[in-house]
Amino acid sequence: MQETSANQVAANATSSFTEHLQRSRPELLPYSVLQGLPSGTAAVPLQTPHATTIVAMTYAGGVLMAGDRRATMGNVIASRHIEKVFPADQYSVLGIAGTAGIALDITRLFQVELEHYEKIEGTQLSLDGKANRLGAMIRGNLPMAMQGLAVVPLFAGFDRPAGVGRLFSYDVTGGRYEEQEHHTVGSGSMFARGALKKLWRPGLSEADAVKVAVEALYDAADDDSATGGPDPVRQLWPVVYVVSRTGAVRVPERELAAAAGTIIDSRAVAQREA
Amino acid sequence: MTQQFYVSPEQLMKDRADFARKGIARGRSVVVISCRDGIALVAENPSPSLHKIGEIYDKIAFAAVGKYNEFESLRQAGVRYADVRGYSYDREDVTARGLASVYAQSLGAVFTAEQKPFEVELAVAEVGSSPETDHLYRLTFDGSIADEQGFIVMGGQADKVSEAVAAGWRGELDFAGAIRLALAGLVADKEADALPASAVEVAVLDRGSESTRGTRRAFRRLDDADVVTLLAEEN
Repeated sequence: MQETSANQVAANATSSFTEHLQRSRPELLPYSVLQGLPSGTAAVPLQTPHATTIVAMTYAGGVLMAGDRRATMGNVIASRHIEKVFPADQYSVLGIAGTAGIALDITRLFQVELEHYEKIEGTQLSLDGKANRLGAMIRGNLPMAMQGLAVVPLFAGFDRPAGVGRLFSYDVTGGRYEEQEHHTVGSGSMFARGALKKLWRPGLSEADAVKVAVEALYDAADDDSATGGPDPVRQLWPVVYVVSRTGAVRVPERELAAAAGTIIDSRAVAQREA
Repeated sequence: MTQQFYVSPEQLMKDRADFARKGIARGRSVVVISCRDGIALVAENPSPSLHKIGEIYDKIAFAAVGKYNEFESLRQAGVRYADVRGYSYDREDVTARGLASVYAQSLGAVFTAEQKPFEVELAVAEVGSSPETDHLYRLTFDGSIADEQGFIVMGGQADKVSEAVAAGWRGELDFAGAIRLALAGLVADKEADALPASAVEVAVLDRGSESTRGTRRAFRRLDDADVVTLLAEEN
């Protein structure tokens, strides 16, 4: 009898916010609402805003993640201001591609999940622990991904015990893959990856990494209609975060404007069509 | 068949209250002080890992005296309450008042309905944009709740400590001053004239966390070295 109640206490003690929600308020989970949809709905894909290209790369002393600002709904631009890269906690960032509405909610849930663990346990999760939690959330979204509402994140963080920045990509089944050097996701990713292959080199400084990221996004926007380029008219620049030993910091707009300006000028001077 | 003894409700509640009070009086004290820089929470606690002070949410902290397993379960319940509320509504909809009334209800329910009341006393503190908008709530084992001004002292020798803190409290204290005052209060009932940094647990709710540290989470735990530095400032 005593053993049973001890087991019960242990089973109920969870440091996971998601598990707590699943037990007490399952309706609040971002992927619980539409799971009852009949599978036939896949025949008519829902028209929802989609977020596109995210690029991420390691540099000397950390890791960087950048996203463009466009969301599309079919062939319409749904938003020019959307943000797709977020700080997950003090030492990690998260970028999202795919169905924007669900991705934003999963991001919010993931942020609370990490903070909740930190407050309950009095210590931060390891970087691998965070990456695995995110994988579990993406797997939770699998039934909706099967109906066309897929979310594909990119996760980057600073591994403090190891002293390096690390990158993780995911598939819709929650599979987690650690990436070396650099990685991109979203519809413009093939063009951004081509640019990264040429521009990235080992031991990049933080300032150079920012320039490389902006240029990779510029190339993605050049060829992919769902990716937005730098917008000097509206003064809109990509969202870029760097994560190093001191934590995650958003790169100020003035630096991004300068980086974008340099790229546009150099391309104009080169007078090339492609 | 044995006859149950009749115990009047008055006597029953009085016995429970005495029992809880005794349990709390054995523990060491905690001081929560509102000041110019924010709210300082100082506890006498020799353990570096079993905390009496904890973060609940962006602007809200928790301090407790009494039985560790009981206040720890209350702290975790508070974190869950706050996180669920902030997630389902918005972060700014989580308030110390809401949390304190949930605590008051659970403490009151346990006090009247359970075999044994909780042997704990809690403080819920929320830092505002100015000292006037700070909230300090004190909750006792029977579920009573009090809205305090300036500072809260709880625990074993609360009267003596409270006297010492009241004598030195001013609204314009900075963190160093508030923590020094709290430490001076905590030794008021002892032979020694100072506590070593390793024997205390100190945390603050930073009033300007957005501007100084770029985070909306105002809670910051100070380590021994920080405390030594703060105490040395005056000399």
